[in-house]
Amino acid sequence: MPSDLVHLYMRIDHLPQMWCPGCGNGVIMRDVAQAIDELINDPDERFTREDFVIVSGIGCSSRAAGYLDFNSIHTTHGRAIAFATGIKLANPKLHVIVLTGDGDCSAIGGNHLIHAARRNVGLTVIVFNNDIYGMTGGQYSPTTPTGDLATTAPYGNLDRPFDIAQLAAGAGASFTARGDVFHARETTEIIKQAICHHGFSLVDVYSVCPTYYGRKNKKGDAVEMLKWQQANLIPGARFETMSQEDRQGKKPIGVLTHNDYPEYTDEYLKLIDACRKKGRK
Amino acid sequence: MIEDTWCKGCGICAAFCPRQVLEIHHGKVRAVAPEKCVSCGMCELRCPDYAIYLVNLEE
Amino acid sequence: MSKAVLMQGNEAAVEGAIAAGMRFFAGYPITPSTEIAEGCARRLPQEGGKFIQMEDELASIAAVLGASAAGMKAMTATSGPGFSLMQENIGYGAMAEIPCVIVDVQRAGPSTGLPTSPSQADYMQARWGTHGDHPVIALSPSSVRETYTLIIRAFNLAEKYRTPVIFLMDEIVGHMREGVELPNPNELIINHRKMSFHDGANKQCYFVPEGEYVPAMKPFGHGERYNITGLAHDQSGFPTNSSQIAGKLCQRLMDKVEKNVDHICRVEEYAMDDAETAVVCFGGGARAVMEAVLQARAEGRKVGMFRPITVWPFPEKALKARLPQLKRILMVEHNHGQMLLEVQRVAGNEKPVDFLGRIDGTVITPEEILNKLAEMEGEHHAQ
Repeated sequence: MPSDLVHLYMRIDHLPQMWCPGCGNGVIMRDVAQAIDELINDPDERFTREDFVIVSGIGCSSRAAGYLDFNSIHTTHGRAIAFATGIKLANPKLHVIVLTGDGDCSAIGGNHLIHAARRNVGLTVIVFNNDIYGMTGGQYSPTTPTGDLATTAPYGNLDRPFDIAQLAAGAGASFTARGDVFHARETTEIIKQAICHHGFSLVDVYSVCPTYYGRKNKKGDAVEMLKWQQANLIPGARFETMSQEDRQGKKPIGVLTHNDYPEYTDEYLKLIDACRKKGRK
Repeated sequence: MIEDTWCKGCGICAAFCPRQVLEIHHGKVRAVAPEKCVSCGMCELRCPDYAIYLVNLEE
Repeated sequence: MSKAVLMQGNEAAVEGAIAAGMRFFAGYPITPSTEIAEGCARRLPQEGGKFIQMEDELASIAAVLGASAAGMKAMTATSGPGFSLMQENIGYGAMAEIPCVIVDVQRAGPSTGLPTSPSQADYMQARWGTHGDHPVIALSPSSVRETYTLIIRAFNLAEKYRTPVIFLMDEIVGHMREGVELPNPNELIINHRKMSFHDGANKQCYFVPEGEYVPAMKPFGHGERYNITGLAHDQSGFPTNSSQIAGKLCQRLMDKVEKNVDHICRVEEYAMDDAETAVVCFGGGARAVMEAVLQARAEGRKVGMFRPITVWPFPEKALKARLPQLKRILMVEHNHGQMLLEVQRVAGNEKPVDFLGRIDGTVITPEEILNKLAEMEGEHHAQ
């Protein structure tokens, strides 16, 4: 018997999940379930379970859609955000959550990411960012740090990496944030805020891939990688109090940008109303 | 509660347990000092495989 | 019949689709299909529907599939280069069984080719453009009025069989303006996907009762929760590696079209009753063929037109039924010989099949067809 949370929100016939030992994705998937559970049970919010749709692309991250017991659609590589845009427009009352990876959303799906951010379509994108293509066995992704090793970077990666949260913010996303596996509670809170945000929201969650990234780059096992997150990813409030010197090599987690822009499907409904009024005259 | 068949022995729960309650033994987690557990839930929170979680024994 | 209006083929596609209940369009501008996007942008909000111009064709087809999964009748329109980009997700729609209509207003290729010139060279791509084995339904109109009525049928087939349907137009029909009398809206037959789950079998979302081929579909947000995936999946919609389950799924996908070809396939036959020569053509290419057949008949020659309206699956049965009376077949199409291969396959060694094609972006004229017919008749007499 699994925990109540897992029992309630996951397709337990298909557990244990197929991810490697120590993979951070399971923790992020639990954070998502926890966040949704808390929102559904919050009397001040009006979320119902049937209104959630989980959309994913292709890659390790994207298997999460199958495990989560909601309306779920596991789409094609890179296209999750575009599918999600269609779902949201077709039925704006749905809470559409995209579970994607660093490769899925910033390489093959990078174009859809920036345009959905620009339009401010009311989607919540959760990036399972593990700095590597895990499903295909460890090739470098757009977030693999320069110099790191991957099966397709046997002499070290020449590319400069994306910061996906900043990329989305630069494209005009109205809500961007960072989370990680170690700070699971904080990340769950951030995911809740992202879901509640009325507009496009993105949470770049740093996952860990001990199998293909950690091992190859001598970053240790899952425990070591989480210890690194504990030491170097700092919740925003604490980061603010740190000196410039102490901040060296560290990154804040938490909300990066939060703006209220008009949401796309709201604006479209206004457009329909205006067209119909004009038609009646 | 430990769901043995789901545990992949990654060791995250044991490493981050503040009271050293847990240990990995032959690739599976086990509670070696359950009396020291303070029900902080860190193990449940960070287990990627949902193989360990807290239960209220009074219920 | 309502009164006649002057309409362009691309406009007729918009109006027909709206009449069929299409309320979501996602697309990306591309010649010669752009008027369809423009028409949808203007018309859909008036009907309470939604139009979105996506960042590319990959996104357009993805948004269409998403909207359809959420319960809307959805469509996109493109031309050759965009049609190439859409292929992966057309296969996804086939595998996940999500109904939608993809309009391809064909232009001359390959590559960027001649964007404003007519062609019919996406015929084979419509059938074989995606990877993997799955059936395809493709329809091709030859007039503005038929564009209107046939796109309604495209939606009906998509909904009935839960599959993407390719609406294979060409620049000739897309940009042609004709006076048309549109059918009265209440005379139209409009189908909708079967919506409720079958009872039993644990409400599995891809459950199909014995003897049926198409599972019922429930849109997202209406109660039941289920999973959709492009991976091989079991009846619950969850991915599987079982070759037995995957094989059964793929066979059902093939069967739902192949076992229903009689319902799906439509042809137009003109002057075929006593014809000894059949001119086979489709889409906009039929215009010149019709003129040539009329002129040949005026000269007392026994020539008829055989025009597949359903171009995939190829209407094999209908053509086979004509073989005994025919002395020869001429395939006329604006490509290097694509439907020709299907016609040859059906005709086998029984009847000679000749070919008149064009790949320079111009149209084949009735005179060329008549000359070709005369040449063929002469040859066969000489033999």
